[in-house]
This record gives sequence, C-alpha cells and structure tokens, in this order.
Amino acid sequence: MRLKVEKRLTTPRWVSVATPTLSLALALLIIALVFWGYGVDPLVAYKRIFSGAFGSLYGLSETTVKAIPLLICGIGLAIAFKALVWNIGAEGQLLIGAIAATWVALYALPHAPALVLLPCMFAAGFIGGAIWGLIPAVLKAKFRANEVITSLMMVYIASELVNYLVYGPWKGAEEWGFPYSAKFPPTAQLPRLGNTRIHYPTLLIALVLAVLAYILLMKTKLGYEIRVTGSNPEAARYAGMSYFKTILLVMLISGGLAGLAGVGEVAGIHHRLRYPQGISPGYGFTAIIVAWLGRLNPLAIVLTSLLFGGLLVGGDALQVALGLPMATTNIFNGVILFFVLGGELLTRYKIAVKWTGSKGGER
Amino acid sequence: MSLEVFLTALKAAIPAGTPLLLGTLGEIYAERSGVLNLGVEGMMIMGAVTSFGMTLSTGNPWLGLAMAALVGGLMALIHAFLSITLRANQVVSGLALTMFGLGMSGMLGKKYIGTPLPCRLRATPIPLLKDIPFLGPILFQHDALVYLSLALVPILWFVLFKTKVGISIRSVGEAPATADAMGVNVFLVRYLCVLFGGVLAGLGGAYLSIVYAPAWIEGMTAGAGWIVIALTIFAMWSPTRALLGAYLFGGVKVLQYRLQPLGISPNLLNMLPFIFTIIVLLAGTREVIRERIGAPSALGVPYAREEK
Repeated sequence: MRLKVEKRLTTPRWVSVATPTLSLALALLIIALVFWGYGVDPLVAYKRIFSGAFGSLYGLSETTVKAIPLLICGIGLAIAFKALVWNIGAEGQLLIGAIAATWVALYALPHAPALVLLPCMFAAGFIGGAIWGLIPAVLKAKFRANEVITSLMMVYIASELVNYLVYGPWKGAEEWGFPYSAKFPPTAQLPRLGNTRIHYPTLLIALVLAVLAYILLMKTKLGYEIRVTGSNPEAARYAGMSYFKTILLVMLISGGLAGLAGVGEVAGIHHRLRYPQGISPGYGFTAIIVAWLGRLNPLAIVLTSLLFGGLLVGGDALQVALGLPMATTNIFNGVILFFVLGGELLTRYKIAVKWTGSKGGER
Repeated sequence: MSLEVFLTALKAAIPAGTPLLLGTLGEIYAERSGVLNLGVEGMMIMGAVTSFGMTLSTGNPWLGLAMAALVGGLMALIHAFLSITLRANQVVSGLALTMFGLGMSGMLGKKYIGTPLPCRLRATPIPLLKDIPFLGPILFQHDALVYLSLALVPILWFVLFKTKVGISIRSVGEAPATADAMGVNVFLVRYLCVLFGGVLAGLGGAYLSIVYAPAWIEGMTAGAGWIVIALTIFAMWSPTRALLGAYLFGGVKVLQYRLQPLGISPNLLNMLPFIFTIIVLLAGTREVIRERIGAPSALGVPYAREEK
C-alpha cells in the first residue's frame, strides 16, 4: 500500500466545508491536551467556554458584541488577503479609527446633534484607519517595503499614540487616575439593543458590509482584478491592471473598515478613549484568523466572527473561573490557525491510497 | 557628548542588541534556504519563558539556555512541518506560530510573574582582551552569550559563503529544482535551516529573560521578533551586516532610556524603535533593489517535486 498526494483539479463542495470543520475539531482536541497538561480539566474548560459564550442570553449578546469588530475587520482583511496584500495591522487601524472618532466627539463637533455627530465619527474613523493602512501600502507600492512588517509596526505606533493621548493631552479631568479620555456626550453614544451591549447600528453596518464585500469580490470587475492580482500578479500586469492601484485600494478599504470597527468600540461600548488593550483585546489580530477560517468569503466570515466572538467571551469566563491568563485565547488562535492551514492541503490535494502490494509481483 | 558617555552608550548598545543579533542570524539562515519564518516573536518569547523557568528551578542559567534552544527549535519544527512538508502559506503559518508562542508563554509564565531570578548569567570579562584601550571595555566585558553571538557572525558568514554547506543552503533558496537535480536534499536543508533559526531565536529570547532584564514579564519580547524580520532584510541576508543592524537597534534602545529624563513622554519614546524599524526596512529594501541583490528567489515558495 502506498500513499500518494495528488493535486486536485477541482475541489468538491463537501470537502471545502468538511475540511475547516475537521481542522477546527482537531485543533480543539490539541488545545484540550494543553489544558490537561496545565492541570485544568479540558471538559470543564470547554464547558465553561461554551456555556459562557452561548449558554445564556447574556452570553449570546456578549458574543455578538465581540463578533462586531471581528466581522468588520475580517471583511476588510479578506479583501486585502484576496489580493495577497498582507495587512497584519488591522489592530492599529482600529485604534486610529477610535482616536479619530474621539477627536470628533470631544473636540471637533461636541455640540452637534446625534444624527450629524455619529455619521461624522464613522467617517472620521474610516478616514483615520484608511490613512493608517495607506502608509504601508504606499511604502510597498513605491519602495517595495514588506507590508507585513510595516503594517505591524504601525500597530505598535498606534498603540503608543493612544497611550500618549489618554495619559497626556486627552486625559479626562474627571477620570481620576485612569488612563481614560473624558466621557463622550450622549449624542456621541450609539444606541444599544435593550439591556445588552449590542450597539446595533454598527452590527447593521457590519452585515451590510459583508454583503457588499461579497458582491464586490465575486460580481464586479474590480473584485475580479483584486482576485487576479492575488492569484497571478504577472497575468494581472499583462492584462493592464495596475498593481499599484490595487494595493492602495485594498489597503484603503481594509484600513478604513478596521477604523469603523474602532469607532463602534468607543461610540458603542466604552463612550471614551481608553488605553489600547481596554479598547481592543487584539480584535485586529484575531480577525486575521476569522478571515482565513472563513476562506476569505465575506459571508462565511459572518459565521467565523461569531465563533471567535464566542471564544473570546468563553475565554473571559475561563479566566475568571479557572485563573488562566488573558493570553490563553492566543493559544486558541495559534492552534486553530495551524490546523486550518494544514487542512488546506486536503482541499488542494487529494491523498490517494494505492494498493500496489499484491499486483507488484505481476509486473 | 563627551567621549566617555559615548563609550558607555556603545557598551550598553551591545547587550541591548544581542537578542536581535541572535534572532537575525537564525532568520538569515532560514530565509537563505527559502523559508520565511514570521514566528520569530513566538519562538523568542517561548525561549524567554522556558529558560526563565529552567534557570529558576535548577539554579543553572546554562540549563536555561539549553532549554530555550530546545524549545525554540521545537517551535520552529512546527513551522517547518507546515510550510515545507504540507506546503502551507508561510506568512499565515508564521503568524500562527507567533500567536501560539505568545499564548503558551503567557500560560506557562503566569506563576513566574513577579519572581526575581537569583542566578542570572553574569558578565565574564575576557583576560588580556578586556584591557585593549577603547575596544576592550566595549566588546570584552560582557557575558558568554554576547561572545557566542559575536563569534557566530564570522562563522556563519564563512559557512554561508565559503563552504559546500553554504552553497547547498543558498542554492536551495534560489533554485530548489536545480539544487534537487544536483542531488541536494531540498527538504532536509530547509528543515535544518529553519530548525537552526528556531534555536537561535530561542537563545535570543532567553537572553532577554535571564541576562538582560532577569525577570519574566508577559509579552516581554515586545516586538523584538518583528524587528528581527526587518533586520534580516536590512542585513541583505548577510551575517556581517546583521551585526551592524542589531547593534544600531541596541543603540536606539539605549537612546530611548537616555532621553527619558529629559521630560519627553515615554509613550512617544516607545515609538522610536518601531519608527526606526520602518526606516531601516526602507533603507535595506532600497539597497537590495539598487545593488540587485534581491531576496532569495524561492523565499516563501514551497517546493514540490515534479510528479513523475
């Protein structure tokens, strides 16, 4: 018997659904081993995560709250990744969006009515995130600087900028010792669904964006150009598509969307600018996996963002109940990504079992 | 600035740059063989936490270093398996390794937070050499890991450019199909180079936690692994230029501390190394293009043998 790895010409639909599911299951199995090695009963841990995230109405609402920024960032990243532009800096673009929204709410238009103020905050957040995304894009397009590094360095810079603002010039007068800005006026706060923290205008924006991004990628000429640039840059250039334009455009969109997510967090949840980890526990990084696990399909990303929103909520519950550190969610992120990547081999190649043992002698 | 201040700054820049030097030397070998490993940050931090734990429990920093090398290597093997054997996307696989490392180290290190390390690796001045004017105090009054990293620079340069092993590594990174046809085991060479990169990254991380600032702090690598990736490009994949880049960064770090008492916001000063990384990356990329050196041609491209 011999195993042979052969390239698939077409991938059957059931394979492309079954593979991520199986990968996820295997990843959870490995993480269970990690928990066990750490002295935590994996069954108890998973039960905590599941019941924390999906077991109650409160858990479900919190899962949705955390899925919102993951979804918005994930859609943007999917567009960039489709063009093989590695935007790793969504976290920083999100923070700049939050800064821009705070500036509008507290300094530029503090007295504007909500119907003017909130759209202006979203617009400012988009522009801020887009600028933060365009810097690595220009450096890549003009100087061929590796965007993985530049976009990531921009995260650290954005994070220190937030720190600088909330410890320095924007520190709120009534916030005691906390590194917070002043509280937003009520007109700069997004409405929420009932007693939950679901800021539904952002959720609606996210869902509309998912549909729009799907149409953009799958049904328009621009989306076609993005996909060709990613899969075959040579052919794209040969066909007269501008590599420069595509890079700038996808980074503008993905940066801008991450900026919107940042606006949602400060206007919908915190109502102020806070220290960076207080605004985002790494949504921009988790969104990379959300996008990848959703196979860069904006509609599938709706589901994966809910899944990872749940993992974040469940992870919080785990921290409280079992005293595990905050970083534990990173283990989930890393291991799941390993298995999703490994599983992709199965969608691209098929493993054929050849029975050569008995026939071997006849030849 | 007086000469003495300058000399002490220079002396301080070397330990500050040593973890970066170790990491960069390793990444140069991995990338020369055609494998981009963005997991350096994850390998470094795992090296930092495991060496701290080992040193704390055995009281022997050398065992700590050995542990870091082992763990760094094991981490690298994950990336090697995914990117070389399974031909997975190297960017995503490296990112996953970094996330995994940050998470695992946070979990493993939780019990070490706030624990002082009683036995760090101490400076061992080299007799005779330490008395050379100027150079002696700057170069030869450090700890063993600084000397090791310094010694590795010419050795790794020699191996890479002057030996048969080096030719194999470079040919696998430039034209794997040709190398394969010439009888070089592409997979083996790539595995070994990635493994070596992991070992050095692990040691770099250990340097942070048991020598430079002997303590465990969650996320203490604070982007050092990413600076390594930028330095690899700046170094144009050459060990000798890595030395220059790493100590330059050490200098920036020293500068950061020196400027703090002047009343500049520490948050703005914290941006310095990251802004400098972008500048260094641009400078490196520019030179790479001008001198037409170019990254190893097969960098980031998985190799598959043609099916016969």
